[in-house]
Amino acid sequence: MTTLPVDKTTVEHTSGRSPLVLNHTSFGTVTSEICRVNEAKKPPFAWYATMAISSCLALMLGLLIGYLIITGVGVWGNNNPVMWGFPIVNFVFWVGIGHAGTLISAILFLFRQKWRTSINRFAEAMTIFAVICAGTFPGIHIGRVWLAYWLFPIPNQMSMWPQFRSPLLWDVFAVGTYFTVSLVFWYIGMVPDLATLRDRATNKIKAVSYGIFALGWRGSMRHWHRYERAYLLLAALATPLVLSVHSVVSFDFAVAQLPGWHTTIFPPYFVAGAIFSGFAMVLTLAIPARELWGLKNFITLRHMENMAKIILLTGTMVGYAYSMEFFMAWYSGEVYEQFAFINRAFGQYAWAYWIMVSCNVVTPQIFWFKWCRRNIWVLFSASLLVNIGMWFERFVIAVTSLANDFLPSSWGWFEPTWVDILTFLGSFGLFMTLFLLFIRYLPILAIAEIKGVMPEANPHAGHDHDHDHEEVKS
Amino acid sequence: MTTSPVQADARPDAMVVDDMNPDTGTSQLWGLAAEFSTPAAIMEAAKKVHAAGYRWWDCHTPFPVHGLDFAMGIKYTILPIIVFFGGLTGTCLALLLQVFTNSLELNIWAIVPVVGYQFEVSGKPLISLPAFIPVIFEVTVLFSALTTVGGMLFLNKLPCLYHPVLKSPKLKRATDDRFYLVIESRDPKFVRPRTEELLESLKPDALIELEA
Repeated sequence: MTTLPVDKTTVEHTSGRSPLVLNHTSFGTVTSEICRVNEAKKPPFAWYATMAISSCLALMLGLLIGYLIITGVGVWGNNNPVMWGFPIVNFVFWVGIGHAGTLISAILFLFRQKWRTSINRFAEAMTIFAVICAGTFPGIHIGRVWLAYWLFPIPNQMSMWPQFRSPLLWDVFAVGTYFTVSLVFWYIGMVPDLATLRDRATNKIKAVSYGIFALGWRGSMRHWHRYERAYLLLAALATPLVLSVHSVVSFDFAVAQLPGWHTTIFPPYFVAGAIFSGFAMVLTLAIPARELWGLKNFITLRHMENMAKIILLTGTMVGYAYSMEFFMAWYSGEVYEQFAFINRAFGQYAWAYWIMVSCNVVTPQIFWFKWCRRNIWVLFSASLLVNIGMWFERFVIAVTSLANDFLPSSWGWFEPTWVDILTFLGSFGLFMTLFLLFIRYLPILAIAEIKGVMPEANPHAGHDHDHDHEEVKS
Repeated sequence: MTTSPVQADARPDAMVVDDMNPDTGTSQLWGLAAEFSTPAAIMEAAKKVHAAGYRWWDCHTPFPVHGLDFAMGIKYTILPIIVFFGGLTGTCLALLLQVFTNSLELNIWAIVPVVGYQFEVSGKPLISLPAFIPVIFEVTVLFSALTTVGGMLFLNKLPCLYHPVLKSPKLKRATDDRFYLVIESRDPKFVRPRTEELLESLKPDALIELEA
């Protein structure tokens, strides 16, 4: 560490922060080490193994959706009163996962958090694939999927329009916008790196296919100037967007009158939960990826530690929201509201509630300890637990309030069918298949951006006027 | 090398004839590139080329070198202004869409006859602005983001799948670890010996000819 030239932008000696890129002092080695992931003749064996499993699961998802369309939504456990079963729980779960990518790329960019450069690319990819999974569920939940176009304001033979005062329609616009903006953000960020892969391509097919998607990027400074401006604008636009999306998702619940749903705490609580689960998923994916493809010089322990800190922060916010819900239920003096929360903790779905609390509130507290933030196994297990906990949070919210609302005579019990469970598993297959394809064929780390945060990238580092290439003496 | 024609009317075509590549005799000189290996070196070089008064020149770098754009004298882009109007279009469009489809019974003709519908929900006013805000916001962001990307590509004249800089295999490292300063032959100040001399004075690692 001490051999690296001193540079104020990455190494803050007062606080003793470690550098963002380890063991690299030249840009060329950074390029070749990252491109190795795509240029290797064969990916590691683990890639084939996970690909085999996840593509089978994705195929199963397709078949189950076919079965659902042919048979009808009766194949699910959804009933009256629990109209929103697994599909909506899964939708909210996946949209939540999809929040970390844009948070890392947009909000951390605006806050000038340079450590984001090593993880932003695949966090963004994860966002896009998670939103694809999320979008599948409401799409098939509508029952008659061939009428999905009713969701959009398209002039039709019935002269009918969507009802714009409904949060469900806001959701269509929010998730649609989020997907589109995340996609262009991801793609535009990738253009310079695709150009790198194009210029390193060893055969014609690679050169042409990367070349087309690189749009003829040639690293022109006149282009970079507008590109950087565009990237900043996209970050500034995506920041309120990412906060709005899960707020709108929470409106689906909060605008309803149901006890346990009708609360104003929902938007911030959902956004915190979304970031929480998204970062957990980034860790779940990043830890094996950096081991398998040897990216430890770029995704360092410092990055892991930072993510653990964000999980601790957002997990504690979620814990605060859980307790605040109880407080507000008591403080409101509203018996139905009070019942809804006591029922969550001690009623027929108490097991789900306590899984949620132990995974989401208790687990992240271990990250107060530095040892836990720097131990890969602890990080990985905690991230899995958080993923599980966040799925149960959505289950608790959606199912308990519907199953036991105002009138005991209309209470019910929800039980998932095998189709429900396998469809959810299948969505993981779709997600992982897309992610593995991404790792294999697209630049997994933001190569140009990583070079930009290296101390060597500063034009004033080693600024010697006679222009030689001696090492900088610090 | 022949001396160049009068500098004032140095049309690109004139230069082409003048700077016929002596080796092949067919290719046209498009520009000269100087290769550097550090951001500091290209920064220094860019300042000098800018000071020499060239206009048709550029730097090709693997990442945006901080401050190089302003050292080159690049004017601040108008992109944010375009994006503002893109966003404004989205805002207006979303508001009009919601008011038309949910609050008015207007008949318009847009390829097919389109009629608005007055939704009465819980006795709320027909134009209930607060309920329209989320969609207005989302569409504003959508239009702004698409304008940002579209505007950036349009101003950069991308996609551009053929370019002399891309053609030369010697400049491939512009997306890897080398920094290139390219002066185009169409620049009114481009006079091959003098430009070469200027580039040499910047002590580049290499001097590369680019053909069109």
